[in-house]
Amino acid sequence: MRAQPALMQETARADQSLNAHALRADARRESLRLLALLAPSLFLVFAIIIVPIGWLFWLSLFDEAGALSAANYARFFEQASYIKTFVTTFKVAFIVTGACVLLGYPLAYMLSQLPRRAASICLIFVILPFWTSVLVRTYAWLVILQRKGLINSWLIDLGIISQPLSLANNLSGVVIGMTHILLPFLVLPLYASMKTIDTDCLRAGMNLGAGPAATFRQIFFPLSLPGLASGVVIVFVLCLGFFVTPALMGGGKVIMWAMRMEQTTSLYSNWGAGAALGVVLLVVTLALLGLFQWLLGARATGVWSSR
Amino acid sequence: MSEDIGLPISHRQRLWLYGLGGLVLLFLIAPSIIIVIMSFSDSTLLQFPPQQWSLRWYQTYFQSLEWRDATIVSVKVAAMTVLVATPLGTAAAYAINRGTLRFNGTINALLTASLIVPVILIGIGTFFLYAHIGLNNTLTGLVIAHTVQALPLVVLTVLSGLRSYDMNQERVARSLGAGRVAAFWQVTMPQIRFSIVSGALFAFITSFDEVVVSLFISGGETTTLTRRMFNALRDQIDPTIAAISTCLIVLSVVLLSVAQIFGRRH
Repeated sequence: MRAQPALMQETARADQSLNAHALRADARRESLRLLALLAPSLFLVFAIIIVPIGWLFWLSLFDEAGALSAANYARFFEQASYIKTFVTTFKVAFIVTGACVLLGYPLAYMLSQLPRRAASICLIFVILPFWTSVLVRTYAWLVILQRKGLINSWLIDLGIISQPLSLANNLSGVVIGMTHILLPFLVLPLYASMKTIDTDCLRAGMNLGAGPAATFRQIFFPLSLPGLASGVVIVFVLCLGFFVTPALMGGGKVIMWAMRMEQTTSLYSNWGAGAALGVVLLVVTLALLGLFQWLLGARATGVWSSR
Repeated sequence: MSEDIGLPISHRQRLWLYGLGGLVLLFLIAPSIIIVIMSFSDSTLLQFPPQQWSLRWYQTYFQSLEWRDATIVSVKVAAMTVLVATPLGTAAAYAINRGTLRFNGTINALLTASLIVPVILIGIGTFFLYAHIGLNNTLTGLVIAHTVQALPLVVLTVLSGLRSYDMNQERVARSLGAGRVAAFWQVTMPQIRFSIVSGALFAFITSFDEVVVSLFISGGETTTLTRRMFNALRDQIDPTIAAISTCLIVLSVVLLSVAQIFGRRH
């Protein structure tokens, strides 16, 4: 009889540990179930992205004779044509990113200042091109910019020029087309971040005597910089690997990184060299995105969820 | 004075801003409008505005076997991509949303990898892989590759739907005796179905408009519409492409409007 409390305590303790055990087992089962939900997606990503890239990386480590060497990478520093490709790619990336900032910042600023209804109507004009095929938009610019295209025939009809300007099939065509395609990638995150700027800060600035220009320069602009940075990084990174527009509008003269990869693998079947180009492109892309994330503590890929 | 912002700046003082913003909007939308208008031109020359109107480029498009086959391939691939990517992406978003898994961040990064990895690298890599397992120039190969590209969009869209949904409702249903599947199907699913539909629509557009990977892995009888367009554009500028482009633009407008309407109801 006197042993009963002890016995009860004992049973309670056993129950507790049984419970804890059951809970742990349940949590494990739950984790397994969640993993099972993720497994097919993860498998596909693994099979289509990770495995081929790993394989290509492996290939890039061997020269054409099959010996382990850094020849595929050394080429980038030795051959003038590769250096020219990199210079062209970065030049286009800088110009296009700059153009996107110049065009996108005023647009995003206007959208953030408009009443809600007007802003959402204007946003349609940003989102629609975002979801229109890159090919369709490149075709449109070819039609507009080529030798016998709209701009040239208008200017000649108006008597402003006598010889058609060469707007397509060169660097300017590539830059115009890519700016058009990448502009929404800058505007959307920038607009989203501008919408979060607290207007009380602006009002406080004006109360303290700052004019509209000073309020913008000293309060609004600095607060919009993280959003701008995120847009700039994503546009720049997408420029580096852009294929369709330079391939169709470069007229064979503007060879960018991605085109070089396509030519090396499809035309010359030099998989090692093409793979090495791809590996470096991926490393540069990830480094830029990682640097951005480290500096600002935010992901640059928010644009796809801020549509 | 703008009532939304409450700053002492009048709309008139902002006219220059509206002018500048309007010009940029025009820059964004004008190319599509020009193409739509030119697709109804009667001329083989590129004139704007067209002198005479006709539907001849649409006739050429619909009567050409090559273009028709390519369109059918693209529609098939996009439909199958939707059927694969939507359930997989929804399941993945559900699991990520629980947030209890140890490597949630890594899993998230992996699933959205195809948005970050340069698409040319995915194209070459997939071609290389498919060459070894015989999936180049097959519908299966295209559907798998497009599914990987559409997955992140489905995951992100469904995830944003799940974030505004209270998972406790599903727990209540289960504590009242509903099985896991029944609880999801009858309680959670009806409340996030608009996000799932939006995700499915984005998956469709992603697959239908995909160019770079399709250039590498499609060909012969499985040539997609975008691949055929790309090759046609490399040769010469055929006004038929204006008609096809208009169809693609209309498709984007329709799918986006449906997504928007569903989104608003949600």
